[in-house]
Amino acid sequence: MISLTSPVETRAHRWPAGLKLGALCLCSTGLFGLPGIGWNAAALALVLGLYALPGPVFLRAGLASLRVVLPFVAILLAWHALTGDLPQGVAITLRMVALVALANLVTMTTPLEDMVALIHRLTAPLRRLGLRTAALELAIPLVIRFTPVLVARAETLAEAWRARSRRRPGWQLVLPLTLQALDDADHVGEALRARGGAPISLDTED
Amino acid sequence: MERNIAQVALFAAMIAALGLVPQITLGFGVPITAQTLGVMLAGAVLGARRGAAAAGLFLLLVALGLPLLAGGRGGLGVFASPTAGFALGFPVAAFVTGLFVERVALRPAGLVAGIGAVLGGIVVLYILGAGGLAIVTGKPLAEAFRLVAVFIPGDLLKAAITGMLVQALARARPQTLAWHRPAGSAQTRL
Repeated sequence: MISLTSPVETRAHRWPAGLKLGALCLCSTGLFGLPGIGWNAAALALVLGLYALPGPVFLRAGLASLRVVLPFVAILLAWHALTGDLPQGVAITLRMVALVALANLVTMTTPLEDMVALIHRLTAPLRRLGLRTAALELAIPLVIRFTPVLVARAETLAEAWRARSRRRPGWQLVLPLTLQALDDADHVGEALRARGGAPISLDTED
Repeated sequence: MERNIAQVALFAAMIAALGLVPQITLGFGVPITAQTLGVMLAGAVLGARRGAAAAGLFLLLVALGLPLLAGGRGGLGVFASPTAGFALGFPVAAFVTGLFVERVALRPAGLVAGIGAVLGGIVVLYILGAGGLAIVTGKPLAEAFRLVAVFIPGDLLKAAITGMLVQALARARPQTLAWHRPAGSAQTRL
């Protein structure tokens, strides 16, 4: 499974994930306090400048990941134009794009392992309270492993459908997909149990 | 225990797969992704707690940077985008759907799952989704709601499909629905 981390190695890739997330929280909160178009435009320009720093490949990937907010930009601007407060609409739109861009930047510069390690550290207080977070750490790789499996299986089902029917495959494929997923869950559950079961110790060490 | 973890993980993977497979599109002309169908199914099949856990696990992986949302979106930007309310509403929607099927003893399993999916996957999800849109865009809630209401017919279709799928599941594999008591075995509890 391909993560959204950028293959272009930046200096920020090596910064601690916790630091980047903390900075993201602070900056996002700060963005909400900026008044007017000028400040918000400056903030967005600053964020886009950060995108440009590692080079054109990184910048292009970053801008591509921002494309999903474009429909909202169009809707927001049209909406505010209709209600007659376009300046406020422009400020809000700039802030929205800056917020998404900033968050994407953290995702693009943080390897998946760092994120998983951060989750482990953030859930440490829960372990101290006696909650079993080991189940969470077991479930994360299972999802990463089984998503492509289910996607491939859905494609196989769609192929089998097309070989037999002239109609397009649709929601009918979801039933066999669900049944197979439930069977998989039973097998995985048994396999986990056979290999010593889910870690259920209440230890508090990291 | 192990089976529960596996089921939660597999349904999180289902929510992801349903959003990623272009072959499973619903609707007529306009392709509607099946991602929220996965959320409704997680609640209706696994029940409130495990359904919400599956949707929450899915969200966690999105936040970690995996492109699992419909259209290959993912990362922390999702939670700052105008659709953040919908994404964050997934676990709540699955929980409410599950709570309904667990608490309301209506007869055909498909009917109760369908109504549960409407309540959780539409009523609750759209309140949270429109709320998120209103906050991010700085617009009144009513206006935000009018903007997202276009998608309600598609989601009604998904709730109906959830009902049909659960009905078929209850017939093919009744033991997979922990909340479902097949007729005649009302007294036996697993």
